[in-house]
Amino acid sequence: MSRAAHIRSTLRHPSFRMAMVDMAGTSVGIGAWGLVTGVVMVKSGLSVGMAVFMSLVVYAGSAQLAVIPLMAAGAPLWVVWLTASCVNLRFVIFSSMWRSYFAHLPLRQRLALGYFSGDVIYVSFMQRFPEPRPQPEQVPYFWGAATTNWLAWQVPSMVGILLANVVPLSWGLGFAGVLALLGVLLSLLFDRATWLATGVAATAAIAAFALPLKLNILVAIAAAVAVGLLIEALEKHRQHPDVVLVPPKAALPPEEKRRVAAGDEVPLREEEHP
Amino acid sequence: MNWDWIAPAVAILGLAVITVISRAFFMIPERELPLPDWLKRGLKYAPLAALTAVIAPEILMAQGELITTWMDARLPAVLCATGYYFWRRGILGTIVVGMAVYLPLHIGLGW
Repeated sequence: MSRAAHIRSTLRHPSFRMAMVDMAGTSVGIGAWGLVTGVVMVKSGLSVGMAVFMSLVVYAGSAQLAVIPLMAAGAPLWVVWLTASCVNLRFVIFSSMWRSYFAHLPLRQRLALGYFSGDVIYVSFMQRFPEPRPQPEQVPYFWGAATTNWLAWQVPSMVGILLANVVPLSWGLGFAGVLALLGVLLSLLFDRATWLATGVAATAAIAAFALPLKLNILVAIAAAVAVGLLIEALEKHRQHPDVVLVPPKAALPPEEKRRVAAGDEVPLREEEHP
Repeated sequence: MNWDWIAPAVAILGLAVITVISRAFFMIPERELPLPDWLKRGLKYAPLAALTAVIAPEILMAQGELITTWMDARLPAVLCATGYYFWRRGILGTIVVGMAVYLPLHIGLGW
């Protein structure tokens, strides 16, 4: 298929539109965040041209916000790059999950997917496709979500860059971005382990806030992962597995094999009497 | 000829490369790098923790310190937004409710 035909078929796929609808709610918060980032870039001393360039080429809100004060203060290049690398480390973790879905695509596409992926699209995608298996509708879905996200960010960001001196930051408009992330976060909470992991992450992030290079994010991730695994282990310990009678010659279906491996079930094979 | 723009442009290009590589990191090698099972299970908590780590300081801290007063517009805004979310489960509504509580308190009362 030619490139144009390929693009057309992606755009027309129903998953593309479904993704746009899924991302509609968060787009407002992302827009607020983009707007604030645009304003901050220009107010910190970046020229309008450079700010536009940064917004289009980097497309990473938290990294941009972390690095702009450093660039304004004339920090050396390696400090700027190291800071961005640390702030972005959570994306390295996310990419191990992206691999399960997109490993079969050519390298250039995988890199393009990389440019477009972010916190919100990661969470939405994982909720839509919880099984880490590649499926054909995932690629159009990703592009639908990526396009929506990209526009929702870049357009307000450009507005912020151009109108930096007119937008009143003192109104706290950036808080809408925090609320959007809050909404996404709440959608991930469903059991005791997730609530506790969140509490631990919040405590760790605040306690370690003084660490440079936004390393508090990594500390929070490590603490939350540890707590999550601990709670899972404790709950497993308390659970009593089901005992299931299995006929003498039957083979276990894969679903049951998985339950046995996870410790939820103990198969008891019936004796065969001649 | 003014060459001042070169330094920030180089910095920005480097940032772009770093960002794409971070986001595509585990997708770059052709073969899968083996991760232990417990790590795969644990990493499910990573996005949750990352989001929390980004917003918790934005809600509960001011000037690099934990906030000391209850009269902060962010607190009732977050509580109302959370309540709305568990009532209606819509992200757009969550943002609207939160801002509806936050803006009057922040701009009007200076909380």
